[in-house]
Amino acid sequence: MCLAVPAKVIAVDGNVATVDLAGTRARARLDALGEEVRVGDWLLIHTGFAIQRLDPEDAQETLRLFDELFACQAQDEP
Amino acid sequence: MSSSLAKLRMSPDLFSFRDPKRAKEFAQLLSRLAPARPVKIVHVCGTHEITITEHGLRSLLPEGVEVLEGPGCPVCVTSTVDLDVAVKLAQEGVILCTFGDMMRVPGTELSLEEARAQGADVRMVLSAADAVEVARTNPTREVVFFAVGFETTAPGTAAVLLDSPPPNFSVLSSHKLIPPALSALMQLPDVKIDAFLAPGHVSTIIGSDAYRPVAERYHVPVVVGGFEPLDVLYALALILRQLKEGRAEVENAYKRAVRPEGNTRAQELLSQAFEVSAARWRGIGTIPGSGLRICEGLAPWDATRKFGVEGKLGEETAPGCRCADILVARAVPTDCPLFGKICTPLSPVGPCMVGSEGACSVWYRYGGRPRL
Ligand code: SF4
Repeated sequence: MCLAVPAKVIAVDGNVATVDLAGTRARARLDALGEEVRVGDWLLIHTGFAIQRLDPEDAQETLRLFDELFACQAQDEP
Repeated sequence: MSSSLAKLRMSPDLFSFRDPKRAKEFAQLLSRLAPARPVKIVHVCGTHEITITEHGLRSLLPEGVEVLEGPGCPVCVTSTVDLDVAVKLAQEGVILCTFGDMMRVPGTELSLEEARAQGADVRMVLSAADAVEVARTNPTREVVFFAVGFETTAPGTAAVLLDSPPPNFSVLSSHKLIPPALSALMQLPDVKIDAFLAPGHVSTIIGSDAYRPVAERYHVPVVVGGFEPLDVLYALALILRQLKEGRAEVENAYKRAVRPEGNTRAQELLSQAFEVSAARWRGIGTIPGSGLRICEGLAPWDATRKFGVEGKLGEETAPGCRCADILVARAVPTDCPLFGKICTPLSPVGPCMVGSEGACSVWYRYGGRPRL
């Protein structure tokens, strides 16, 4: 139940979005999301509710942070 | 979790978060960062346990570094007191809707599934919104949604409560809050915890800043982690680095989903629908300020007030079951003599073998052992 899954928005109708959840169409309520949602956005869905908007670019950012950690630890060690 | 579900967890760039070469480099980094003393890191999320066990991450940990699941399975920590109320309501004739994981958790006398076998109308739903739908399509019946889950799940319940639900709908709230549980664990005299790996999706809602009081008060590092193998290893590296440097701070290793302030809209829903109250956790006991009770203004939809049913506190675990110790990170599933012998997912003895995120169930399904 901690499970939340990323899904891509294919349509928005009021406070409900139709999303593509790994190939399956599903409905996600948008009540708990304080921002506007557009077709093509990525959302994190949990028990039928969108809980966060995801920016696919942020994945690159995370990988960059991994590199940074390695770089800075390499510096610390002789 | 089936592999198709595993795929669902996919981030748009999944492959890079499972790179085995990078994982090995992380393992080396972890052993360079590990302090010379034993270290106990506790996470509180079933999905973390699945990532760690499914990908064998414990085998990459340096000698002396342990990662244990604490009270991270919402189904497992649901007290029999609450469960018994749900069973009783179902037996008295309401349509009782709840998440599938809740069905087989043993109550004092019956599980919900057993109650259903005896004729009670118990239905599985995937969302609080589905339970409202059941109420709309059965206007002559009372429909109760037995709501379990942490901060990730509670906003959905709040949203339906605030969205003028039909009069025959009500909620039995067993929602719980994670930060007070972390504080409660730190207060247990015989469970020495060195750091917390904080749950990514709960943190999406509450924000990484929500852990500051715990980190500061107990001088314990708290690092928010994501759910891909490298996310977890990265979070563990940040934890070990803090321990090495003697820091006890909140760090966010899951920035692509978690902001310092969290999801403020979801927080608003929570504060409009609920008030914070004491809650009973199976295996742990009552933790002040760790539960969400439906607020006064929404009383007509509060099953507790509507039906006035109360549970009695009895035994929370079966004889021999070590769930109570597992839920406070005092033991791992293989410490239980019943694990995998008498107790299996098909005939579970305790809640940790039922919930798909319970430590015993995850270890049984993915074959995890400590320090492989
Ligand atoms: S293996 Fe079964 S009996 Fe043992 S602690 Fe886990 S749930 Fe309880």
